[in-house]
Amino acid sequence: MTETAMATDLLEEEEQKSLQSREFGFWVYLMTDAIIFALLFATYVVLSKNSAAGPTSKDVFDLRHTAGETALLLISSLTFGMATIAMARGLSGRVLMWLVVTALLGFAFLAMELAEFQGMIAKGAGPDVSGFLTAFFTLVGTHGLHVSFGTLGILVMIVQIPLKGLTPPVRSRLLRLGLFWHFLDIVWIGIFSVVYLPGVM
Amino acid sequence: MNHSAERSVTTYLTGFVLAVILTAIPFTLVWGGFLSGMAVYAVIAVAAILQVLVHLVFFLHLDLKSTPAENLFFLGFAAVLIFIMVGGSLWIMTDLHHRMM
Amino acid sequence: MLGRLTVDALPFYSWVAMGGAAVTVGGGVAVFLLITYLRAWKVLWTDWLTSVDHKKIGIMYVVLSLVMLVRGFVDALMMRAQQAVSLNSEGYLPPEHFEQIFSSHGTIMIFFVAMPFLTGLINIVVPQQIGARDVAFPFLNSVSLWLTASGAGLVLISLVVGKFSQAGWTGYPPYSGIEYSPGVGVDYWLWALITSGVGSTLAGINFIVTIFKNRCPGMTFMRMPMFTWTALCASILIAFAFPGLTVVAGQLALDRTLGFHFFTNGDGGNMMMFANLLWIWGHPEVYILILPAFGIFSEVVATFSRKRLFGYTSLVYATACIALLSFTVWLHHFFTMGSSSNVNAVFGIATMIIAVPTGVKIFDWLFTMYRGRIEFHPAMVFTIGFMVTFVIGGVTGVLLALPPADYLMHNSTFLVAHFHNMLIPGALFGYFAGMNYWFPKAFGFKLDVKWGIRSFWFWFIGFYLAFMPLYVLGFLGMSRRMEHYADPTWQPYLVVAALGALCVLCGIACIAIQLYVSAKNWGSARDITGDPWNGRTLEWATSSPPAPYNFAVLPQVGDIDAFHEMKIRGTAYQVPERYEDIVMPKNSALGPVLGVLAFVLGFAMIWYIWWLAALCLVLSLVCVGIRSFDDETDVILPAAEVARTEKARLAQITPDDLHDMRDFLPVGPASGEILPGRA
Repeated sequence: MTETAMATDLLEEEEQKSLQSREFGFWVYLMTDAIIFALLFATYVVLSKNSAAGPTSKDVFDLRHTAGETALLLISSLTFGMATIAMARGLSGRVLMWLVVTALLGFAFLAMELAEFQGMIAKGAGPDVSGFLTAFFTLVGTHGLHVSFGTLGILVMIVQIPLKGLTPPVRSRLLRLGLFWHFLDIVWIGIFSVVYLPGVM
Repeated sequence: MNHSAERSVTTYLTGFVLAVILTAIPFTLVWGGFLSGMAVYAVIAVAAILQVLVHLVFFLHLDLKSTPAENLFFLGFAAVLIFIMVGGSLWIMTDLHHRMM
Repeated sequence: MLGRLTVDALPFYSWVAMGGAAVTVGGGVAVFLLITYLRAWKVLWTDWLTSVDHKKIGIMYVVLSLVMLVRGFVDALMMRAQQAVSLNSEGYLPPEHFEQIFSSHGTIMIFFVAMPFLTGLINIVVPQQIGARDVAFPFLNSVSLWLTASGAGLVLISLVVGKFSQAGWTGYPPYSGIEYSPGVGVDYWLWALITSGVGSTLAGINFIVTIFKNRCPGMTFMRMPMFTWTALCASILIAFAFPGLTVVAGQLALDRTLGFHFFTNGDGGNMMMFANLLWIWGHPEVYILILPAFGIFSEVVATFSRKRLFGYTSLVYATACIALLSFTVWLHHFFTMGSSSNVNAVFGIATMIIAVPTGVKIFDWLFTMYRGRIEFHPAMVFTIGFMVTFVIGGVTGVLLALPPADYLMHNSTFLVAHFHNMLIPGALFGYFAGMNYWFPKAFGFKLDVKWGIRSFWFWFIGFYLAFMPLYVLGFLGMSRRMEHYADPTWQPYLVVAALGALCVLCGIACIAIQLYVSAKNWGSARDITGDPWNGRTLEWATSSPPAPYNFAVLPQVGDIDAFHEMKIRGTAYQVPERYEDIVMPKNSALGPVLGVLAFVLGFAMIWYIWWLAALCLVLSLVCVGIRSFDDETDVILPAAEVARTEKARLAQITPDDLHDMRDFLPVGPASGEILPGRA
């Protein structure tokens, strides 16, 4: 084996170790993010009845809208899973296709959420009206912000895969992004179960 | 995670179907107003916890054998802390609320 | 264009404010001129600021911490001086200045002295203790450092542009809300906390992964040095508690900036939720500061008693217990909020339970010293001073854990005395011990012992003089944070406390002199072997200062005191059969760039300069994006170069330099477990 080849091997070995560390580190990061959401949930529950003579949850929530958002996120989790399967089989074209579908679903979700927020603000139910609305906008908005970053990440991957191919670092990034995306879907389960469903009862 | 290379389409589809069912149950209950009081909350809570587990197993591919122990440790640790922090906060704040009323 | 930033923000309105601004600006200019005079900008940039080497990042953390210690201590001195003279008078500080000073004192000491000091020590030491070449994510490490530095920068610049918070370091609403604190002060406090808090969270995750993934062969969890264990537990606490701070600070920032109603008086806000969320972070934070110091004491006490650490396993379990229990006691910070007796009782009992594992640790250290050959090195003297003093703080803590007693002492100077009694011996003495202990590892020469001992006595006596009177004043009914008072019986105590502060000032001066004298005489105090104290753990196996890669060949570990074992077996300082290429991370300018962006982002948010904030946010995202495209972040250090460095090192070591290990050889039937004492 030539010297350069040995050096490349060494670099690859280190890269492999580093990627494993990254996957573990990202997992720990997700757990800390879960704490952030948990505390936002706790704040929401504490403040949810404090509508301060403003609109209550019954006035502003629309379950059909929530069901639509839920469907979009759930399907996007499935499509991201398909991208992961395609990646395991080394089909970069398929990966790209599923990522584009996932990103579109992400955009659709964000559009629905923004429409909901805008409608509420137009009806005089903005975040500065009452403790309840403050907590609602912050919790759901933080989730939305995460979805935006996730969608941005998917766009970066859509650029990276054709440029770099399915190299080990690219695969690792995609796996981590997948963890993030599925994690956001889990948070959404909490949101419709704690915020929307009890809110309309 | 790189340890489960052969994740099949069926795993994801199973998870998806289960998730749809576990979402549909609470939505229908609330929409139709079939149950009332604590029973609805209980169903919502159980369905949510089950669905979180479904996501963890079928989408995040967690299982007790192949997932690294440290990942499971931190998941468990986070779960305990969320229980302490959220449970404690709600206990403290509702207790205070009753005394302020 | 510039939001609410106008010329009025400059401190021409009072002499005190102008003085503070002049010292801050003057200090900055002096440092700038000194670096320029030494023509050190290029070296500083390429070798330090852009470095991703954990040892250099650690040193920069500690330097930041010492600079901020001086700033935070000046605050303390000003408060003590004010209270010593302000009987029935205004003293020399107007109330709005006094309030800013106690707010910045607490904020600086917790976030910009203690946090960077412990993060720096962990950075320098832990990778070497576990036989690793660097932390898991060297670049992220640099980002963490610069986020912390940018938070410190925000606090510093608040002296020059605008004012700092007047709401105390805990910033309780509604006083810290926009209605009662309309200026920029609370925003400075919030953004300093948010930026440095994110930096700390990332650092915590980094250390967790480092300790889980980068341990050398043979180093199982139960063979990790005690400092590594405490660093691991503290890192887990950082990673899981700091999100709480991010949430609560973010919520208050939303209340203030966008008119939200989390903690407002009316409109459905709930200000009690602030106290609840703040202390969900705040109590674990206490243990984040103290646990690493406990680790340092464990290392120091074993090394300078020349014995294996007593009760290693019990120390590990005690540390883990404290880490978990620290999440279950936060309500004791607000017993007086008015919860029912059931709630108060549960949290009071949980608080008292924490004293048990802490007591276990004290006994372990005492038994380590028992029948040891104790050497009174400054690190050891700080450790003994800690043990004596910390127990008093622990006892007053258990007293405060009783809700009925707490109702009497809450918000009094008794409480102030209690938490200083925990944090000065429990955290700061530990960091000073660590500094005296590991300084030769970081710089290659030992710190002066004489000035080290002097600094200890000044700190030790100064602490008692400054805080024992505060316990008494608490019983006499004095509230904390009083700008002036009318009770003449308080004044003698406050004068003594002020003398104590002067004594501590001498202690800080001694540390400065110690650094100066040691640097001047560095040639005669060189550490050639890399093992100046006959140490027991792996960090003493590297050279001092260590090569960039720490270990040319990763060590193989078979015992708790790995390096001690190697020296006894004669396997230390051996030339390996062959050297190998080593992969090293490349330096990166993105760390400091992200730090500057975070600083400007915080500044723009404080002054409502929205376009600038948006610009910084976009640029930060672009930086992260650029980094995510870069897959060539490593370089190879060729084996030949490693061999050259290692041979040069080993050639310097003569047999005379090595420690005599004959005393440590096991005698009698209890092979190796009990070392011979001087019976």
